[in-house]
Amino acid sequence: MTTMTIAKAINEGLRATLDNNPRTLLMGEDIGALGGVYRVTDGLLAEFGADRVVDTPLAESGIIGTAIGLALRGYLPVCEIQFDGFVFPGFNQITTQLAKMHARSNGSLTVPVVVRIPYGGGIGSIEHHSESPEALFAHTAGLRIITPSNAHDAYWMIRQAVECQDPVIVFEPKRRYWLKGEVNTDSPGASADPFKAHVLREGTDATVVAYGPLVPVALAAADAAAEDGHSIEVIDLRSISPIDFDTVTASAKKTGRLVVAHEAPTFGGIGGEIAARISERAFLSLEAPVIRVGGFHMPYPVAKVEEDYLPDIDRILEALDRSLAY
Amino acid sequence: MGATHLPSTEFDQTAADDQLEAEAEAQLGSPAEPMVQLLAPDGTLGTDPVFSAYADRLDGKKLRGFYADMAKIRRFDVEATALQRQGQLALWVPLTGQEAAQIGSGRASQPQDYIFPTYREHGVALTRNVDLAELLRQFRGVSNGGWNPKDTNFHLYTLVLAAQTPHAVGYAMGIQRDQKLAAAAVAADAAADRPAEPKAAVMVYFGDGASSEGDVHESMVFAASYNAPVVFFCQNNHWAISVPSSVQTRIPLSNRAKGYGFPGIRVDGNDAIAVHAVTEWALEHAREGNGPVLIEAFTYRVGAHTTADDPTKYRESAEETLWRAKDPLDRLEKYLRAQGLADDAYFDQVKADGDELAAYVRKTTYDLETPDIRTAFANTYVEAHPLVAEELAWFEEYSAGFAETPEHSAEPSSPDPDDAATGVAR
Repeated sequence: MTTMTIAKAINEGLRATLDNNPRTLLMGEDIGALGGVYRVTDGLLAEFGADRVVDTPLAESGIIGTAIGLALRGYLPVCEIQFDGFVFPGFNQITTQLAKMHARSNGSLTVPVVVRIPYGGGIGSIEHHSESPEALFAHTAGLRIITPSNAHDAYWMIRQAVECQDPVIVFEPKRRYWLKGEVNTDSPGASADPFKAHVLREGTDATVVAYGPLVPVALAAADAAAEDGHSIEVIDLRSISPIDFDTVTASAKKTGRLVVAHEAPTFGGIGGEIAARISERAFLSLEAPVIRVGGFHMPYPVAKVEEDYLPDIDRILEALDRSLAY
Repeated sequence: MGATHLPSTEFDQTAADDQLEAEAEAQLGSPAEPMVQLLAPDGTLGTDPVFSAYADRLDGKKLRGFYADMAKIRRFDVEATALQRQGQLALWVPLTGQEAAQIGSGRASQPQDYIFPTYREHGVALTRNVDLAELLRQFRGVSNGGWNPKDTNFHLYTLVLAAQTPHAVGYAMGIQRDQKLAAAAVAADAAADRPAEPKAAVMVYFGDGASSEGDVHESMVFAASYNAPVVFFCQNNHWAISVPSSVQTRIPLSNRAKGYGFPGIRVDGNDAIAVHAVTEWALEHAREGNGPVLIEAFTYRVGAHTTADDPTKYRESAEETLWRAKDPLDRLEKYLRAQGLADDAYFDQVKADGDELAAYVRKTTYDLETPDIRTAFANTYVEAHPLVAEELAWFEEYSAGFAETPEHSAEPSSPDPDDAATGVAR
């Protein structure tokens, strides 16, 4: 066990991947000498050279598109998109090409490309630097989407994403890059399946499902609720596509109440999908409607008011109060 | 060839060039630019200081092969158009007029090269030994692909304009890396007496319409940045559905290569000999590690963009007449006859072969089986996916509700031997 930040854990995961497989390479803007704007790739250029850690021109479609070509040739590219809001020039390549190549070829071609996207708010930045577009990608069949919330997952998820034969998008919670945690680099343990949700805290009165940057918020809300005598179960979803509905359903049936929290706008978001599925699967066990907590239907607001936008402990507690009131 | 004499648009002029360029100027409304042409519309063979040497490699057999390929693919095009009109295909994308651009370039590639087509490269597919009937799977709506690219190094058609251009550059970057890894392996094991892998390049096709897409720009930036062994082959057929190329570019498209720092060559796209020579040069250039090349094949889409299109709404028939006079098949036939390389018997045989191909394609199209949607469930992801499994299970249960019971069925039910093959794939 080693203690490290999420950023360092991803760095170590990438290092292990580059070490283990000569056909792995990293691609992205400023990932070489600079080590990435968040220094996630720090030191890897010096260690593995410019052919393995490729500083690309500033062109997201070019990055994803050439990665697809490299994958068709048998390579395992890991692309870094600098910020969430800048993925859209590459959206076409991800959704019309990367996601569909396997199906289009009737299964004869695989494109195991990994796309790393720092996402979410809370860093006080300017426009396009704090978005949560995961639902836009989750709606596209052919993609897998995972998001770590702790250092151990961060280390293993990047390794597992590279090993997966399907294209995988790893949404990295940028405001948690400096969150430290224990990492066991010898064994993933319970993290062996990156597409399985984890019950982080057992409870009996209600369940809160969260992922990525909101997981620590959900845990803190559960702590606060406990002071009021409420026993709250907290689930880290971990995988946004596919979603581990079995784990969420089991919890909802157990507690009878479910709150889903994410930073992305509530409308059309992952929370709605979870609410609908759980309503189908556990309708007779629910004591209250599934309640969603998320961002508002607006462009991500300016940094000076992002605290009003981002779901916090109080917003989750308010949702729990409403749920428990039924 | 040194860097001081890179083929670009700076070539010596011939009278035929002048004529063609004057016509181009009239059509494009921009200053004419030098263009490589060897075989003039009247069937006479000219010279070029760089590319005649490549044309000299072509013997009578190869030239007859070019003609046979062009005639076959034109016949195929006619047949596919007819199939669409008869409701057998959902759509067809005709290539008539572009046979020389496609056969000339495709025949210049080597088996180890990898080709990324757009959706009109039926002639290139022929040169890569793709079963032409396989091409029709996509247009009949029984597949989004239809062939395995690994069999022929001919990639699937791409319908999103220019999306395949960065794929080509990435694939070329992969070839570069493979060559480095192979060289390192040989160096590490100097005693090994292994045969060297043939050097390879990538060729990617797109049209003048697609040249407006950002992906073409980004792929050319990447190709230049990494000196990737890729040949960009732009078929300028003058029309992006109804928008003329003059709206999309103020300069010959080949000139854009200068901005990226690699050679750009405009070639008469209706001259199979010149197209072959230029492409052979470009692929050699790329394979030898000298980086990318852009070829603009100046040609014309004689027919509609697709069978859903009506070119009479946006262009004059006189323009089509002008280009029909530069027909790629006619001019090569004139040359073959004048040189005594082919006679009536040869051309009769080519026609018979074309009819045979058309009959084969027609029959094969009728026989294409509608796939089971379970194959789509199976091919969405490589690895097991719980949502797909859940929805497939629902579909199976739902479908089972429609199964005819023996008392309601006119025919006694019997087990379908294909059920095992089409059942749950994973």
